[in-house]
Amino acid sequence: MTDDNQNGPSRRAFLTGAGAVAAGTLAGKASAQDDPAIAIKPWMQELGDGVDVSPYGMPSPYEEDVKRRTVEWLTADPVSSINFTPIHALDGTITPNGICFERHHSGVAKVDPAEHRLIINGLVDRELVFTMEDLMRFPRENHVYFLECAANSGMEWRGSQLNGVQFTHGMIHNVQYTGIPLRLLLEEAGVQTEGKWLLAEGADAAGMSRSIPMEKALDDCLVAFKMNGEALRPEQGYPVRLVVPGWEGNMWVKWLRRLEVGDQPWHHREETSKYTDLLDDGTARRFTWEMDAKSVVTSPSPQAPITHGPGPTVLTGLAWSGRGTIPRVDVTIDGGITWHEARMSGPSTPKALHRFYYDFEWDGSPLLVQSRAHDSTGYVQPTKDQLREMRGLNSIYHNNGIQTWAVDADGKAENVEIS
Amino acid sequence: MSRFLKLALLASTLASPLAAEPLGLGRPATPEEVAVWDIDIRPDGLGLPEGSGDVATGDGIYTEKCSACHGVFGEGAGRWPVLSGGQGSLTDARPVKTVGSYWPYLSTVFDYVHRAMPFGDAQSLTDDEVYAITAYLLYLNDEVDDDFVLSSENFAEARLPNEEGFKPDDRMEVEFPAFSEEPCMTDCKPEVEITMRAAVLDVTPEETAAKEAAEKAEAETPEPAAEEAASEATTEEAPATEEAAAPEEAPAEAPVEVAEAPAADPAMIKAGSKVFRKCKSCHQIGAKAKNRVGPVLNGIVDGPAGAVDGFRYSKAMEAAAEEGLVWSHDELSAFLADPKGYMKGTKMSFRGVRKEEDIEALIAYLRDASE
Repeated sequence: MTDDNQNGPSRRAFLTGAGAVAAGTLAGKASAQDDPAIAIKPWMQELGDGVDVSPYGMPSPYEEDVKRRTVEWLTADPVSSINFTPIHALDGTITPNGICFERHHSGVAKVDPAEHRLIINGLVDRELVFTMEDLMRFPRENHVYFLECAANSGMEWRGSQLNGVQFTHGMIHNVQYTGIPLRLLLEEAGVQTEGKWLLAEGADAAGMSRSIPMEKALDDCLVAFKMNGEALRPEQGYPVRLVVPGWEGNMWVKWLRRLEVGDQPWHHREETSKYTDLLDDGTARRFTWEMDAKSVVTSPSPQAPITHGPGPTVLTGLAWSGRGTIPRVDVTIDGGITWHEARMSGPSTPKALHRFYYDFEWDGSPLLVQSRAHDSTGYVQPTKDQLREMRGLNSIYHNNGIQTWAVDADGKAENVEIS
Repeated sequence: MSRFLKLALLASTLASPLAAEPLGLGRPATPEEVAVWDIDIRPDGLGLPEGSGDVATGDGIYTEKCSACHGVFGEGAGRWPVLSGGQGSLTDARPVKTVGSYWPYLSTVFDYVHRAMPFGDAQSLTDDEVYAITAYLLYLNDEVDDDFVLSSENFAEARLPNEEGFKPDDRMEVEFPAFSEEPCMTDCKPEVEITMRAAVLDVTPEETAAKEAAEKAEAETPEPAAEEAASEATTEEAPATEEAAAPEEAPAEAPVEVAEAPAADPAMIKAGSKVFRKCKSCHQIGAKAKNRVGPVLNGIVDGPAGAVDGFRYSKAMEAAAEEGLVWSHDELSAFLADPKGYMKGTKMSFRGVRKEEDIEALIAYLRDASE
């Protein structure tokens, strides 16, 4: 479960050995003595694969642990279910396409792009049908956005449950989309004055459907066909999906086949029975679209323990907000007695993942690690208890509370809650 | 671009000031084309097709196509969605969110059943069947009597109890002020204690290899203790993920070897094929049979338990298979009469066949259809 095997087994063995001997400043330094890694290795002598071996490249076999995982007991079957992005093993801000988490309600639709159509109907001047080829002729844009499932961290409302950031926070990914501003398609059809709502509908067997207010549709939504430069993966809605920046993932309808303009919302299943937030008093919030500011330390974490012993240590994590950028993240390693401003690194664009680091000298004593995001609206990520006080325990969705990892003297981490 | 279209665009108040003229891409959709996909229904009845269905008809369809997952009385099997009951439970520690207790609009039920159910056979129901199932769901929730007929005429009158239970998102008003204060950075509290640990529950998935080893080691234990612990600690709906409702349920078990058949009574086999309709949403039998929610049933009678390749059995079934359980006539009868009672932990959430003669007929059919 650790991510240190990216360096291969031999480096790992070395580090473990060296850590025991060379505490403090020497830890991790490659003393030449008896280092079996410094030798003439097979790859230094033998010829490697030619350019015809991997027409579509895959990660090193040493990275096979970096994969999506499911939690079987969560759902009745794997077809209407979810898996999780291995964020404990990633760095930077962009999620590679093959490990973006999946959530389907009736499995992955296998759509032939030649047989795919997008219809715009309802309160428009012209009801239109587009082929994929038609769509490719609209002006397109590139934007990086995170997509977070509304239920990310939903298993943690009652307390610490899943021991791994992949499971507690892995219903998220962040890719660069290439797509058509939805506004252009709506203008092509001519939205009528009464057209205040849009129903987006997928071509899968769930016929996934969500109501979106026209204001948002005309603002920053995209009808996207590429992710990170290549075609959408089937599990992400190939050949075309809706991108609803900053808003809950369920609205980003995949395999998009229809857009209907109406004067009222539709109140379909995924915006009434599901994806509504039940509060303590028995009432529920509906249309809770925006994702609140949130952050989490991805390393160290239960799946990414500290393996190198005391000394210089890199703490890192992700932060995001559905309402803007993340100008600041605070980090604590003592359970919130003292906080430090983390170092942000990488692009900072609205409604996209941000990467932060806190580089510190670990003295080998147990840590209580937390991070706290501030977004560009002034919102500060709340504690889990603050959220519970506002909403109770049965909201399921939109749990953006501060996460705590307890790191012990061996560097192992556990999902905990603290006073 | 025609002058007419340009004018139409200028007149459109929603077009942004910079809105370009239409590119003339795509083509007009015909009303017939739109009708094929435009199946959505709204609370005000927009989109509702003509038709009707009664509770009794709905009962029949529901029993055949929905009950395997949602339970005979809408109580839900395993983690499949519960559809009935739960009224008054929304303030409980464990709310039960159903059509009767939580859903605001009946149109949502019609729309969803129509577009996405039965799970794995979406859009196979006729409009009248959807009316009937919707009527039956009202009946299961004590909203109507057993002689109720739901139709396009009276649909708008039907109201669900929790319609007023929803309010707009007020996070910005209620939460933002509390969550936007400058936080403390130093000496924020005198001490810190750990109040809860995930390891106590131990419901985190292990890596596959480790998990298989662990499962082997505890093959005798019936159900994963983790599951109970998990549901104990999570919201009942399980985390996140809210399953899409669905029909198919988990299943039974069954082997591959062909068993020798005693004298077959054609009438009995025919009767058995009728009983088998209850099994069909999950099981297949015959030459082209494939594993579905449940395993293929060829050779189940007198065959070994838990032996179908490629089917993931419950731990309970795996343990029984390891102990050499064979589906003899008597064992199979006992299982079919009360699956969960016979084998605690089986994935087959089927309630069981009540009548002994139906079980006899079913077994006769299973023998016959395997051949």
